[in-house]
Order: sequence, then structure tokens, then C-alpha cells
Amino acid sequence: MLETGNDRAAAAMHLVDYREATSLKQVPTRNGFGEGLVEAGKANPNVLAICADLAESTRMKAFADALPQQYLEIGVHEQMLVAMAAGLASVGKVPFIASYAMFCPGRAWEQVRTTMALNETNVKIAGAHAGVSVGPDGATHQAIEDIAIMRPIPHMLVVVPCDAPQTKKATLAVAERWGPTYLRFGREKSAVITTEDTPFEIGVAQTFRDGDDVAIVACGILVYNALAAAEELARDGIVCRVVNNHTIKPMDEVTILAAARECGAIVTVEEHQVAGGMGSRVAEIVAARHPVPIEFIGVHDQFGQSGDPAELIEYYGMGTSAIVAAVRRAFERKARTA
Amino acid sequence: MPALPANRLTELQAQANLVRQGIIRSLVAAGSGHSAGPLDMADAFTALYFHVLRHDPKNPEWEDRDRLLLSCGHIAPVRYSAMAYAGYFPVEELLTLRKFGTRLQGHPERVRLPSLETTSGPLGEGLGQGTGMALAAKLDRKDWRVYVVTSDAEHQAGLHWEAAMVAAKFNLDNLICIIDRNFIQIDGSTEDVMPLEPLADKYRSFNWRVLECDGNDMGALIDSLEQAKHGAGKPTVIVAHTLPGKGVSYMEGDYTWHGKPPTKDQAAAALAELAAAYERIVAHA
Repeated sequence: MLETGNDRAAAAMHLVDYREATSLKQVPTRNGFGEGLVEAGKANPNVLAICADLAESTRMKAFADALPQQYLEIGVHEQMLVAMAAGLASVGKVPFIASYAMFCPGRAWEQVRTTMALNETNVKIAGAHAGVSVGPDGATHQAIEDIAIMRPIPHMLVVVPCDAPQTKKATLAVAERWGPTYLRFGREKSAVITTEDTPFEIGVAQTFRDGDDVAIVACGILVYNALAAAEELARDGIVCRVVNNHTIKPMDEVTILAAARECGAIVTVEEHQVAGGMGSRVAEIVAARHPVPIEFIGVHDQFGQSGDPAELIEYYGMGTSAIVAAVRRAFERKARTA
Repeated sequence: MPALPANRLTELQAQANLVRQGIIRSLVAAGSGHSAGPLDMADAFTALYFHVLRHDPKNPEWEDRDRLLLSCGHIAPVRYSAMAYAGYFPVEELLTLRKFGTRLQGHPERVRLPSLETTSGPLGEGLGQGTGMALAAKLDRKDWRVYVVTSDAEHQAGLHWEAAMVAAKFNLDNLICIIDRNFIQIDGSTEDVMPLEPLADKYRSFNWRVLECDGNDMGALIDSLEQAKHGAGKPTVIVAHTLPGKGVSYMEGDYTWHGKPPTKDQAAAALAELAAAYERIVAHA
């Protein structure tokens, strides 16, 4: 644990000491989903898991083994996954449907809009393998537009947890909460920065690090990169606030506006197209209520490709050094406009 | 299966005629909407709402009701008209079709009128949702059934066949799909636009039980719907052969009436023709 006084925010959030990169556990966020889903299914027999031929890689396998009577396998049918789940939900079931984010919601967008959202059904989409960090599979399997297609749909909850323990908590939280939901997570092992004691509440962004020079607002596995960047910048005297902005919709406007007012500059960080992503929503909030300079870390209008996950994160400008550079730009813009 | 008593058959035929009149009145009031499909499915919706379904118009969200889904949402006027006459809402409300603030949206929205079961319009989507509901009934050991009304042309959509495959895998003999086989779609004949035949064989190869009937013959429709209730471990499809625009002579068989409403004068002629037909049905009784 971080010591209180060294960083109060991290202590309040019960984070692990993320400054020792080599000592951090590395666990894929999808593992948290698999564990959370089994617990949710045991707690509520109406929770169903439905899979489209990806039980192992979406981590639904554990659920299939533990609760076979609540598990349905329907093969390579992503549009059907959504339509059928909407039918099940209309009779009181709580269906979790899982595929790669590229295929669900990607392939099934119109079914998501009509049968889940307009029809107001309690369906939970688990979008696995989001982001370029999918790695070797290449661009066809790297969903980096999924937040943009889900965010504008009325009634939709969109959650992007930062690590495996938080993905487990998010899975349990969305199982309890009524409403059409999109939960997004990744394939690769990523740094575990939260603990059992770290709080999690849908719609409440978390300040993982205090500071008022620049606010880094991040989501998903890149929250770790944001913290690492803040650590590096602190050595140069730039004190960053780091916000884990896990709920993309409805976004925590209070925390975002406080960051804008108190820090005066923002860098958003997400493993997604800059167009239409988490940062776009931050910009909408800030532009309307308290305009400050914003820099956007994410993919800039390109497709991914095969490669090593870390290498791809660097190549597409989402590594720690890119975040450090963006913070410096934001800090300079803030100084010029002051 | 006992044949339907003659007087009951006449009652249902007269009711179907009134449902057709409701369709024409609502369409002309709306000034837009589809004519041919609603008219040709008036017999099927009358059979369902007035004879086949387990339902209670005064308690539309009754847990053990049969679920009736309209997949091809564009023929909503026939469902609205049948529902109004069945007592779900006042018949005069049909005149609000497609107007601002109405519960009778141009394409059906469940949230505004819960007894619709689903929100529909985007084609090929109803059977998937119906499959989910039928599966939920099986999981909960309930004996209600799911009826899904589909157009023929929406069988061109891939999702519909995903649903057909899944329903067969789970042996959903509480699921009944009814096809409005009128051979028309917006751009012309289904067999010119994108051939569907052999349609019944497609279902057989997907492991469904297939029934076929004249979809404008009330007695034949009821026979098929009753037979479909007793599934043989498989989902059932009823291919209901219909005449587009049925009951309004100048529309019958003409695909150009797929997606437009009658003018005021045309509506008056249609209503006069239907009223005369109603008198003949009742006199025959």
C-alpha cells in the first residue's frame, strides 16, 4: 500500500503501490469478468450467461462449468445474441451476453439500439478483446470504435473498468442494477492497481492521485499508464491529478468539472478512437460548463494491426511517454491562456 | 380436432371485416402507412385475438399470457385494429395512428403500449426475441406460448435464420412463427427481388415443423393455429398464403399498395365495399 501522506488519494482508494512496476501483478481484465459473473449467477438464478462460441476467451467458461443450467451456447450468432437476450430479459431474466467487442456490440448495433435500448430491456453486453492490445489477431479483432457506437444510445450504461478486480466489481454491480448495459474489457494481462478494498460505484469517477497542475482523466487498462506518467512528471514538478473515469455513460460530471476548475487543463486517455470516445464526452462537459485546454490520448483515425500489445500501445501513441508529452502540452497551453 | 361451429366461424369472419374497416379508417386518418399487408393479415390477427390466444385485454401484462410478437412492424395497423376491437383500447384511438403523442406509433413501440411485447420495424428481428421468450418459458416451466408474425420478405434477413437455427437447437415447441406469404415487398414480387422459394423446405431443413394454409380462410387458419399448439418437440411455422390487400378489390394483388395509404375517396370506396361484405357475412349466418 502507498503510505498516507505520500499520496492521500491513493491511500483513500486502497491502491497498491503502483510505483514499483516490476512488483505489480499482471492479470487480464476479462478474468475479473469471469469471476464476477459466477458470483452474480450464484446470487441470482435469473442471471444467465449466453455465449457465441467464445466461452474460453470471454471467460464465460467458469460460469458454464459452475452453473450449466443458467448457461446457453448459441454459436456464431452475434445479432441473435442480442435479440434473444432481449426476449429473455422481457420475461425477467438477466442475460449477460459475451463476444469480442468487435462482434457484439460491433456487428449487432441495430439490434442493440432497437431490442435492448428502445425496447428498454435488462441485457448486459460484455465486450471482450477491446482495444489494440488484443495484439497479434490484428485490426479485424481490435474494437476501437465500440464506445463511440454505444455512447449515443439513450438508456445505455457504458462501463470500462481499469483492472481485473475492478472488472469483477463492475460485473457484480451491473448485475444488480436494472438497465441495458455495455461492459468493456480487454484480452491482455494488465497491471492490477486496485485491491479488494478499493470502492466501486457506477457513475462515480475515482481520484487515484491528487494534483492540480493538469488532470489526467483515463479509463480501462491505460489508467496504469496515466499513473506512471504522473509519477514521472512529478519528478519535474508537474503535479497531476489522475481520475479513473470508469463510467463513460452516465459520466460523473461533478468530478470532471472539478478537475477542469481546479487543474485548468485536462488530458484524456483511452484505448479507443479519439473520435466519439470517453474523451469526447469529457470535452462536451468541459466545453459547455468550464472550458479549459484538453489533449486527447487515443487512436487518431487509424485501424490497428498485428503486433505485441505493448508495442501497439506505444505505436498508436498511448504509452506513458505519449501521455507525459500530452500533459506537457496541456500544461503549456494552460500557462499561455492564464 | 373438432371443426369450428358454423356460427362461430361467421362471427370471426364478421370480426375480421370490422378489423379491416379499422385499418382503412386509421390509415386514411394518418395519411401514411402500409395498406396491403395489414389487410391480408386481418384474418390471422382476428383468429389470434378472438379465438387462439390466451390473453386478457383488461390485464395486458398478465404473467401467463401467450406472447404475440409482430416482427414486421410496418403492418402495425392490423394489430392495432384487432387489439382495439378486442378491448385493449377504444376503437376511436385508431384515428391517432402515427400522430404526435400517440401510443400507436408508425412502427410499434412496446414502451408506449406494453401489450405489444416488443418494439419492431427493423426486419428479421422478431423471431430472435420470440425465441428468447420461448426459451424463458421453458426454463421457468411455464405453459404459455409465443407467436411471432413475420412477413415473407423479412426472410431475406440473416438474423431471422440465426433465430430459426437457435429455436430448433433448443426444441422450442412453444414457439409458433406465422408467415404472411403474400409474395410482395416494396420493390416488387419477392421472387423477383430476392427469391424465397422453396420457403417451406428451408424451414424443414432447419428442423422445424411446417404447416401451410390459406391465410384468408378463417377455418383453415384456426385449424393450423390449433394444430400448432401441440408441438412435436420442434418449433412450428405456419406458411399462411394471403392475397395482398385482401377485402379491398382495387388493392388486391397489387404490390404498389404495399407501402401507401388510400386517399379519402379511395378510403370511402373501400369502406363501402367492406360494409357491403359485412352485410353479406351476417346475412349468411
